[in-house]
Amino acid sequence: MSHLAKDMTPQVTWKDITPGCNIYEGGTSQVVETGDWRTMKPVLDVDKCKQCLLCAPVCPDMSIPVGKDGKRGDFNYFFCKGCGICANVCPFGAITMVKDEK
Amino acid sequence: MSIRERLSGNEAVAYAMKQINPDVMGAYPITPSTEIPQYFSSYVDNGEVDTEFIAVESEHSAMSTCIGAEAAGCRAISATSSCGLIYMAEMLYVAASDRLPITLAVCCRALSGPININNDHSDAMSVRDAGWLMLFAETNQEAYDNYLQAMRIGEAVGLPIMICQDGFITSHAIENIELEETDKVRQFVGEYKPKHYLLNKDEPMAVGAFGMPTHYMECKRQQAQAMIDAKDVIKKVADEFAAWTGRQYGLIEKYEMDDAEEAIIIIGSSAGTAREAIKQLRAQGKKVGMIKIRSFRPFPAEEIADALKNVKAFAAMDKDDSFNAHCGPIYAETCAGLYASGIIGPKGISYIYGLGGRDVKVESIQHVFADLEKIAETGDVGETYRYLDVRE
Amino acid sequence: MSYNLKENVMKEDRFTGGHRMCAGCGCPIAVRTVLRALEPEDHAVVCSATCCLEVSTFMYPYTSYKDSFIHNAFENAAATISGVETAYKAMKKRGKLDETWKFIAFGGDGGTYDIGFQSLSGAMERGHDMVYVCYDNEAYMNTGIQRSSSTPHFADTTTTPVGKVVPGKPQQKKNLTKIMVAHGIPYVAQTTFIGNFKDISEKAHKAIYTPGAAFMNVMAPCPRGWRYPSEKMMEITKLAVETCVWPLYEVIEGKYILSYKPKNKLPVEEYLKAQGRFAHMFKPGNEWMIEEVQKEVDKNWEDLLKLCEL
Repeated sequence: MSHLAKDMTPQVTWKDITPGCNIYEGGTSQVVETGDWRTMKPVLDVDKCKQCLLCAPVCPDMSIPVGKDGKRGDFNYFFCKGCGICANVCPFGAITMVKDEK
Repeated sequence: MSIRERLSGNEAVAYAMKQINPDVMGAYPITPSTEIPQYFSSYVDNGEVDTEFIAVESEHSAMSTCIGAEAAGCRAISATSSCGLIYMAEMLYVAASDRLPITLAVCCRALSGPININNDHSDAMSVRDAGWLMLFAETNQEAYDNYLQAMRIGEAVGLPIMICQDGFITSHAIENIELEETDKVRQFVGEYKPKHYLLNKDEPMAVGAFGMPTHYMECKRQQAQAMIDAKDVIKKVADEFAAWTGRQYGLIEKYEMDDAEEAIIIIGSSAGTAREAIKQLRAQGKKVGMIKIRSFRPFPAEEIADALKNVKAFAAMDKDDSFNAHCGPIYAETCAGLYASGIIGPKGISYIYGLGGRDVKVESIQHVFADLEKIAETGDVGETYRYLDVRE
Repeated sequence: MSYNLKENVMKEDRFTGGHRMCAGCGCPIAVRTVLRALEPEDHAVVCSATCCLEVSTFMYPYTSYKDSFIHNAFENAAATISGVETAYKAMKKRGKLDETWKFIAFGGDGGTYDIGFQSLSGAMERGHDMVYVCYDNEAYMNTGIQRSSSTPHFADTTTTPVGKVVPGKPQQKKNLTKIMVAHGIPYVAQTTFIGNFKDISEKAHKAIYTPGAAFMNVMAPCPRGWRYPSEKMMEITKLAVETCVWPLYEVIEGKYILSYKPKNKLPVEEYLKAQGRFAHMFKPGNEWMIEEVQKEVDKNWEDLLKLCEL
């Protein structure tokens, strides 16, 4: 009997559901896409970005990855909800919010 | 070898706790269970146990700390009574739903209001649907013995368990008791080795999910199964306990039921009074008997129905009223059990008795049997919802 | 060790995406920042009161915590984590584990200032080695913006609606940070999100690594409840600090230390006018409300300065 979160689908039976709806893994929400909530999307202008990283800690959705080289990468649009906080804190105007066309 | 002692019910339960030496106790004082954490904290402070004792600021927090500690991977215990138990009520449901086998000693006491410190079962009965296993004791010995069996049962099915005794009547009265040797107790109870727990560095665990309608009902159905499975576990643990101590328990105890035509169904210390009443009536040639419920959760519906199948009339004795203009909880569940078993012969009445410490005398029980005799003779049940020993 | 933003944000987040908090919510920022203050090698149990955070971060079967997590109820996060911490002590004593674990509970202002206050006070008084973090968004946001004892004076909420007779919340905000200081615990901090996150990150690290009970009060704006465009959050928190509505300070072993003193303390209007919940205060004839709030803020600020000078 699986105890993995991925198997606790809306079809799981009462015999197979994890007792008490407890989960025995960490970070299982990473399969949940929240990017589809977005109406506006942040776009990074890499030429303007000075890698000051002021945008990185303000993201409520862990969508601004900072690599081992200490530089931010492109947005994680799977999670980004388009709140725009990052664009507003950027001192260099390197992040623009644009209408998200899906 | 058993050790003969004289102890109050509270001290007996505290002694059982000491012998088990659980990991964590979170408790708050309330009459009449206060002595249990008092005794226990003296064991802690004198180094007789190495349990972590948390003297919290409320019963709500007592149960909350137990939930945290048990989920973390520990054996957690508490003790309470009356208003304290229902102050915990919200957390009792969570403990059961989270499938945490916490052990809670309950000294049953009337609920307010009016405020009253004496015994009845309104506290325990008010949380009967919280999903806890509930064992009731007639005597100090039974309170001790039930406590020794509690963790085995709760941990086997993944449900919390209440060990109930009657406030003051057994909690404070000193009786002869046979205690077991501590090493044997520890051997019987065993180590707690949960499969999953918070403080496992190799496997993070998340407890207390927000359950959507897609999963909530499956979760509850599985919880219901644990309660169904508990019936066999209680019997199995009781048999093992009997093989060790010679003291046999079951889901119910039948007393003079073989040829009984009139019977009462009762819970807790009043069974002792009923036993005396039955002895006297039997001496007069009356065919009377008693079913004492040990396990109220799970409810032994089939066993009670089977025990009642040949009686002409029965009274379900509730030390609590459901205030439903109809009957007490034991009556309701007994009748449901009879109906489900297809047994419709016995005529039954609901008696509410002993509220707020109203003394239950041998004559009180004999009065009930006199009623039952009349019902058996005439076949006329009359009023099914009755109060015993109340001034008219 | 001096704070370095780059090093901080290079640390792996222990809180993950896929949670369902609103876009632009302050709470997940507080949570990820506090959890990033853990040393990577240390284990942690995270606890949440029933609140926006809990229902959004552990909707079965999706947990947003890489660490072990427990939610129990609304009013008992502090008691619950105190039970976990006690279990840790018991297991350590009995040789059942030897690694280091840290214990962090989160609750909103409703679950902390109000219904969870007793549980919090009890856990702090008992001195468990834990951190309680209040993410203060100044109302019951999960149930739809009802007033709490943390809601500021005159704020428009769904249970203090601005009416013809009563202009928003009649009472001032409760000063929970000071109440926690009165518990005599070794570490108390008040913070929010400012600039490079030095203030909150350093306080979180101190809170976690000070032995004993610690409390952090983190202003965590709610764009929906405060009625401002979500992208403005860092402006709102900055104004809260620059107007001294939400001073940054910490109290170490009873000693008040001011973390930041604005060079030019801004008038409260600057903070109030940025939020829809205070819009009625700017209608003609309501100038007295702004004056009153200014007086309250000035008094609290002066009191705090005196405490910091002592």
